[in-house]
Amino acid sequence: MSRRRQSYEGVAVAVPVTVPYRRYSTHGAHWFVGQALEALVRESGISKDQIDGLTVSSFSLGPDTAVGITQHLGVSPRWLDFLPNGGASGVMALRRAARAVQSGDADVVACVAGDTNHVDSFRMMLGGFSYFARDASYPYGAGGPNSVFAMVTAHYMRKYGARREHFGKVAVSQRFNANRNPLAVFHRQTLSLDEYIAARAISDPVHLYDCVMPCAGAEAFLVMSEARARAQGLRYSVLRGAIERHNAFADDPVMERGGWLVDRDDLWTQAGVSPDQIDFIQTYDDYPVIVLIQFEDLGFCAKGEAPAFIDSHDLRCVGDFPNNTGGGQLSAGQAGAAGGFIGVTETLRQLTGQAGDRQVRQAQLGLVSGFGMVTYDRCLCTGAVLLGSA
Amino acid sequence: MSMPMMHPKRKNPILRTRVMNLPPSARGRVALGLTAAAAEGRLMLQVCMRCSAVQYPPREACARCLSPELHWHDQTGEGELLAVTILRHSNDLYFRERLPWRIGMVKLDAGPTLIVHLHGDVGEAPSRVRVGARLDRSGQAVLIGFPEQEVPHMADDSVLRDMTSDPKFRKVLVTDGKSPVGQAVARAMVKAGADIVWVGVAEPWKKPPGFDELLALPQVTAVPLDVTDSRSVQTLGGELGGKVDIVVSNAEVHRNFGIGSRPGTDSAREEMEVNYFGLLRLSQAFGGALKARAADGPASACAWVNLLSIYALSNFPPHGTFSASKAAALSLAQCLRAEMRQAGIRVINLFPGPIDDEWNQTMPPPKLAPAAVASAIVKALRDGVEDVYPGEVAQEWLERWRENPKVLERELALGGAQP
Repeated sequence: MSRRRQSYEGVAVAVPVTVPYRRYSTHGAHWFVGQALEALVRESGISKDQIDGLTVSSFSLGPDTAVGITQHLGVSPRWLDFLPNGGASGVMALRRAARAVQSGDADVVACVAGDTNHVDSFRMMLGGFSYFARDASYPYGAGGPNSVFAMVTAHYMRKYGARREHFGKVAVSQRFNANRNPLAVFHRQTLSLDEYIAARAISDPVHLYDCVMPCAGAEAFLVMSEARARAQGLRYSVLRGAIERHNAFADDPVMERGGWLVDRDDLWTQAGVSPDQIDFIQTYDDYPVIVLIQFEDLGFCAKGEAPAFIDSHDLRCVGDFPNNTGGGQLSAGQAGAAGGFIGVTETLRQLTGQAGDRQVRQAQLGLVSGFGMVTYDRCLCTGAVLLGSA
Repeated sequence: MSMPMMHPKRKNPILRTRVMNLPPSARGRVALGLTAAAAEGRLMLQVCMRCSAVQYPPREACARCLSPELHWHDQTGEGELLAVTILRHSNDLYFRERLPWRIGMVKLDAGPTLIVHLHGDVGEAPSRVRVGARLDRSGQAVLIGFPEQEVPHMADDSVLRDMTSDPKFRKVLVTDGKSPVGQAVARAMVKAGADIVWVGVAEPWKKPPGFDELLALPQVTAVPLDVTDSRSVQTLGGELGGKVDIVVSNAEVHRNFGIGSRPGTDSAREEMEVNYFGLLRLSQAFGGALKARAADGPASACAWVNLLSIYALSNFPPHGTFSASKAAALSLAQCLRAEMRQAGIRVINLFPGPIDDEWNQTMPPPKLAPAAVASAIVKALRDGVEDVYPGEVAQEWLERWRENPKVLERELALGGAQP
């Protein structure tokens, strides 16, 4: 029995920033990270000299890591972390920054994720993404994550009876939300279930609208004490709970559950709430099947019951179970490691009443889930945070 | 079951011959253990010496007990296919040109989950499969899920056909058509379905037994080729270079001398002229043309076979100068392989023990029949392997050489046999 963990009390999360996405950019990742930091400074009124903690998440900074960013952008933090962990980056950065603030290691931590996307850079990244991917997945058709998650999807469909319509409802609902989010790449394009079903196959059973669009862009937020946020006059949210787990259920032959399942009771206990009390959720949506798995593993329904859960709920921002209220990556785009941040920034906007046309009514408590790093046959990093209004 | 492959249509002469885009060939050093085994047609995975856990993907430490003692061991490859996908899109040019492409996830009975290419006769998940390792066109090992039981025409599957070098419907050059091995190889190629077999003839006045019957086969044509004569090799290269799909470099001179038993260098020089320089001349005259046609449809140029000798690994003093010439040829064949690999042409090295021919008359049995050499070559082409040690003598020498090359050297100095 491990020691009961300390609460995350007193931690404020504020200033959600998005550097607008574009399909391709000639700028480097440093440009996007710089733009994100500039926006944090501008919108918070906190000068960069006062930012004494920094986390950076990116796949395209090479040969730099986070420390290269400090010289590049002229900041001198006393606390630094590099978290290039894809879809889990946001949750992981927030959790670490919160502890740094609580312990006094830093007063104001900037959590930044940004990536560029040149023509062909996505392909170049895939072959060398990981030790195991290079040796054991990329040589098999070079489909990248599409082919791995196609097999995860096929397995889930066979074992639990999910149909494409279930995945389609996730994608179509998120597009409804994206149509109300001017920052979403697909802000102006609607998507119907018929269009979803009729889309071309990419790697059966994964079709076009099951896949995210690789983009260039950045996301960022600030973490500080509640007292500091109040003194600064910032709208902020509080961290009610956080979990993280890597390489869980390694013996499952094909992924059908994730590390959330190991730690979810801890998460709900930290916040003193139950799953039915949240007002919205931001799941990690690299592929819709993962959204279904998160519904199950985070405790909203039992294993294998996500299809029925989806049938009986409205996942739109106006619905009874709003999921990925800004459109998620499926409709807003995936700017590399920033894809792990959009759940956090969107949640901050929802909880502080900045979500415009997609504002969830009376949003008080939101859950952000992260999932990242398909190094071979599944993603290894899982995590989740509960954020509440101040 | 696979549809039997139809004879490819005649090539449209106005279309550009496609160049070869190789599949992804980057691998870490540890993963090359899989390639080394696949080069001999074996599936080996790392097994932990401490806790016996079978590991995959290849790694530096046991994922169960952290022991660094991971040794490569043969696997049956039996397992359960759990998920399948058909790629309609790929980020890599090799696959893009061959879509749709089926892959799957297989849970081996031995433990780990493997991502594998799927043979066309493997059905939907869940089903039982047998995983094997093959060298792909980049020369690196890949795993393939096969149906549990053999089915007819399995070799005609497009995935397999592209990774292997089946002689069926292909055009073959056998550089010495008169030797017993050469005749046997030519016959075996005809039997394997080759369209044309050109057999080289260095000395037209010699008519060894069986040669006229060989030439009577409609697929077989004699061509003038003396591998010691640069002009002869270049002339034939100019005529046939753009047509040959498989080169079998089998011309050899074999004399039974060491150093002291034969004064002077004439016979050693003759061995080098044929066994080493002959290969060099052939490589220069035919190598470029083969590389240029590596992606030329279903009957593309695909392979180069070298008849070496098990003596290439370690000198057999009674055949000392012959051993030296074969060691030189092996070294050159490695260079040829490195250069041909860039175009996806497989170089197969054959290391037979003593062949039952006139130059091994004094060798005790077991000796390898020429027909056995020929069938080993056809099998190697069909299986897509790189190194072949046919026969019991070769297998035994290989084992001893792998165990300890120095001990083998000393044993060979004392006459060869295992004490």
